[in-house]
Amino acid sequence: MRAEEITLWVEDARKAFASASDLDSLKSARLGHAGDKSPISGASRTLGSLSAEEKITFGKIIGQAKAQIATALENRTLELENIRDTKVLLEEVVDITLPATRSHIGGLHPISIIKNEISDFFIEQGYSVVDGPELESGWLNFDALNIPADHPARTMQDTLFIEPLDSGMVLRTHTSPVQIRTMLTQEPPIYVICPGRTFRADELDATHSPVFHQVEGLVVDRAISMAHLKGTLDSFAHHMFGPDVTTRLRPSFFPFTEPSAEVDVFFNGRWIEWGGCGMVNPKVLETCGIDTSQYSGFAFGMGLERTLMVRHGITDMHDIVEGDLRFTRQFGVGL
Amino acid sequence: MRAPLSWLREFAALPAKISPQEIADAFIRVGFEVEEIIQQGADLIGPLLIGKVLTIQEVTDQKKPIRYVGLDCGEKSTRYVICGATNFVVDDLVVVAIPGAVLSGNFAISARETYGKTSDGMICSTRELGLGQEHSGIMVVTGSSLKPGDDAISGLEINDVIFDLAINPDRGYALSIRGLAREIAGAFDCQYRDPVDALRRLSYPENGSGVKATIGDPTCASVFYLRTVTGFNPQAPSPLWMRRRIEKMGMRSISLVVDVTNYVMLELGQPLHAFDAKKVSGGLTIRRAGSSVEFTTLDGQVRKLDPDDMVVADSVEVLALAGVMGGQKSEISETTTDIAVEAARFDPIAIARNSRRHKLSTEASRRLERSVDPSLAEFASARFVQLLCENSSAQHLSTDHDGEPRFAPVVTIDPSYISRTLGIDVPASQVAQILRTIGCDVDETTFTIDPPSWRSDLLSAADFTEEVARMIGYEEISSLLPPRPLTASLTHGQKRIRTISAALAAQGFTEVLNYPFTSDELIKSLGYRAERGATYRLANPFSEESPVLRTHLLPGLLQVAQRNIGRGAKDFAIFEIGSIFRNSQKLIPAISPALGKKPSAKEITAIFASVPPQPIHCAGLLVGKIGTDSWQGNVRSFTWSDALAYVESILRLANLKWEIKRSDFAPWHPGRCAEFLVNGAPVAHAGELHPRVVAQFALPARACAFVVNLDALPDSAIVRAQEILTMPVAVQDLALIVDASVTAAELEQALRIGAGELLESITLFDRYDKLGDGKISLAFTLTFRAPDRTLTGAEVAQAREGAVASASAKCGAVARTA
Repeated sequence: MRAEEITLWVEDARKAFASASDLDSLKSARLGHAGDKSPISGASRTLGSLSAEEKITFGKIIGQAKAQIATALENRTLELENIRDTKVLLEEVVDITLPATRSHIGGLHPISIIKNEISDFFIEQGYSVVDGPELESGWLNFDALNIPADHPARTMQDTLFIEPLDSGMVLRTHTSPVQIRTMLTQEPPIYVICPGRTFRADELDATHSPVFHQVEGLVVDRAISMAHLKGTLDSFAHHMFGPDVTTRLRPSFFPFTEPSAEVDVFFNGRWIEWGGCGMVNPKVLETCGIDTSQYSGFAFGMGLERTLMVRHGITDMHDIVEGDLRFTRQFGVGL
Repeated sequence: MRAPLSWLREFAALPAKISPQEIADAFIRVGFEVEEIIQQGADLIGPLLIGKVLTIQEVTDQKKPIRYVGLDCGEKSTRYVICGATNFVVDDLVVVAIPGAVLSGNFAISARETYGKTSDGMICSTRELGLGQEHSGIMVVTGSSLKPGDDAISGLEINDVIFDLAINPDRGYALSIRGLAREIAGAFDCQYRDPVDALRRLSYPENGSGVKATIGDPTCASVFYLRTVTGFNPQAPSPLWMRRRIEKMGMRSISLVVDVTNYVMLELGQPLHAFDAKKVSGGLTIRRAGSSVEFTTLDGQVRKLDPDDMVVADSVEVLALAGVMGGQKSEISETTTDIAVEAARFDPIAIARNSRRHKLSTEASRRLERSVDPSLAEFASARFVQLLCENSSAQHLSTDHDGEPRFAPVVTIDPSYISRTLGIDVPASQVAQILRTIGCDVDETTFTIDPPSWRSDLLSAADFTEEVARMIGYEEISSLLPPRPLTASLTHGQKRIRTISAALAAQGFTEVLNYPFTSDELIKSLGYRAERGATYRLANPFSEESPVLRTHLLPGLLQVAQRNIGRGAKDFAIFEIGSIFRNSQKLIPAISPALGKKPSAKEITAIFASVPPQPIHCAGLLVGKIGTDSWQGNVRSFTWSDALAYVESILRLANLKWEIKRSDFAPWHPGRCAEFLVNGAPVAHAGELHPRVVAQFALPARACAFVVNLDALPDSAIVRAQEILTMPVAVQDLALIVDASVTAAELEQALRIGAGELLESITLFDRYDKLGDGKISLAFTLTFRAPDRTLTGAEVAQAREGAVASASAKCGAVARTA
């Protein structure tokens, strides 16, 4: 073993690495010049048979040579990796505009989306979301809400009744029976919204549907005033239509609220009738066993279809009810 | 309800300079929705003159009768115009548009040659003047002091602003000019003159014997006035001013008697009915029909009366359906000389029932069912006599009445309730002042309030609160948020529905929301039987095609799929989450506890229990291909197995464990339907649809569907975490040949039992059915792991042998050699 010979191996290795043109040929050059079968590895293995003195001398020389080969390998590896990254990968370019979607495009119905949106808004305000049956007792849908037996709303023209008629069962005309159910089973303070499907004996046309959706809100607590109703509607309107909209309350009539009001929203340059509201009629609270000397409340209700049509510029109710996939998919899932 | 500004000004001292929009805004502020502001005459440009017909020359050689008319329009010479109408004679007064005039609808008038004559203007119809829809002839001006040459625009009071208002059902008093003028005067805080004040001073001496008034049933009416007039000349015309006001209200002038009844109703709000007194035998009685007799109303309809109908009858027969419509027999005719006019304060509910039973809503019934001022029966009938006698030869004969007006009770309130409810400070003195404006008497020391006769709706502090609020203006109420709870969240069930919807949408499903109605035929054709097909029926379905409530979601999804395919869709997945209505319990007679106090716990439970359960289902329908074909290749169609996979994904979201059973449920393919059981109870079905159903809805072959009863899914239990083992895993693949009748689940279960405790997982990765001889090959990957050591080859081999032996014993399986 000669020191010159070892220097030569280092030179050979450097040349071989330098002449490797890509990472694959560098890998085979590494095997020949730094692998187990390379001369330097062989020399390393013979060290044990040398005298103690030679061991020290050649041990040092071989160690330095190995380090030099390793450095040369590492440097060349970095160079070739750089070349690959800047050149070769670019040559592997694909047309990334090729369509990637394989599965069908899904989506939630916009009524579900707006219902979720409204629920989330009110949950953040501390309200619970309550559901109730669509086929409902007439007492809960009408009587308990101070809508007497001969009220026009209770005629066959407005309400869908279920046979036999003496059961008094109806398809709920509003989600208000859910409010009654809540007040009959919970103590104040009550902060709830009741979104859901409702029914009227209307013909389907561009702006009406016999089946539609409402969201109603009910608050019963100590010292609740109409100012609280107004504040709640203002923040709700801002959430639904944007921070710049203004609201307006107009005196109106509902048997279950007194005073009653219509709430309008000034949106896109005109007043839109948005919904009805008012202070819960003390008669309704009394029927639900709520002490009117301690508690008062407000309630409001809006149509979801109407809100959707106004906000999204939908002009035909048919689009909302017919289940055309092209209509529904426009809205995503509302996230 | 319309309100012409000129008529409002008669009672309300509105400022002279005020725009129609300001008045409309004030109406809205106090609670009257303005549906339209009609600016009558705004598009008319004169000259429009009153002309007297001097000569009529019939032009007969044309296709239709034409008249060449000579007119005295107060000008130097006679004006000649061509006219197509024939409803006038010489000496009639008509309205003539002079060349240069522009009529309603931008219709410019000029002199022109027509039918060989020069027509120097035009004789106008009501419609051409923008006064109404009447266009069958020209307008003949009668009952006025107008003369030839007078300006017709001012003479006919054409220029006016008419407000069309929506009146809320609790404000019957506002279905009158009297009521609306009071409201608008209150809104502007200006002076109001009640037309009834003058009528209180009116009295008519008895000049003979007239028709007698009797309230036969006190539940029908509280007060009944009958005034009889005689000596009426039935040819007497209505005065022009009255006709014009009636027309501005959107009604037609009929005859003097009818016009006066309508005028008084519009002015005061009290409907009147005029009987031909000579056709009445004995007196008139307000009573129930009592039996189902037939009776012909003014409109010529023969109506079968209900025994409960409220009627006005003489001693022989029914003469009017009370408060709704009079009868033909006693109708005012061209020979009527004696008239009995009825004014009564009928029971509003009885009127509403009369109206509803006969599907007949009239101007009279609309007012009476909303409750009319009980004091008006006396004064409105007097107003009728006054107007009729002033405008004809009629003379008052006699007045009779029965009953006395009943007024709303006096109420004592705490005025601070109003401030508390509105959230603004309204001093008691202001409350009193506002309540006086709307007609109440207020004692400010005790706050005892006597509501006015026309406000039977003012009964409680809440009612007065609304009155105060609307007169102050709702815009004065501030905007505050209530002291709401700090936290809230969706319920577990609500979260599940949201997550399942979002997950299905993310997997490519589009949500559908169908009407929950269906038909017996559809239920039957899909094979739903017994309790799965029994449902509730609508008493008044809005469509004969869907008279019952749905028992399943799938029929609706199938119809929507068919509609989308018809519109060009091919491959898609849709789902719906919603309630279904199976006739699971018989509906019992309604439970209706008394109002005003809380029903007992027992009653509440009974009401809740009377409402049948309406479980929430989630259904999906898979049509065509599983995705879209792409540049990398075509995709396969949906299969029955995909339907099962979606159910599994839903059950996994709920973190539930399930078993699967073969099922032959409709409307699925009897060999390709799975039933999912959780805790032994069925919760879902999935698979390929029956080919008959696929054909019925013209879907692509082998469409698939699933249904999950979300209400049947139990809450997920709290997870007991398993220890995660970290020793090396041993993997063994195993292919077994079995009879085709052996199910994958059976074979897997056999392997599981035989493989012993070291088995960690087992997964089917291949199924080969081309072996012939009724045999198939099923291949599984088994993984083994011990908690505390690396398994030896011998241990793994032993476990594998155990699995094969068990499969062989239980399923006749033979291990497949390579």
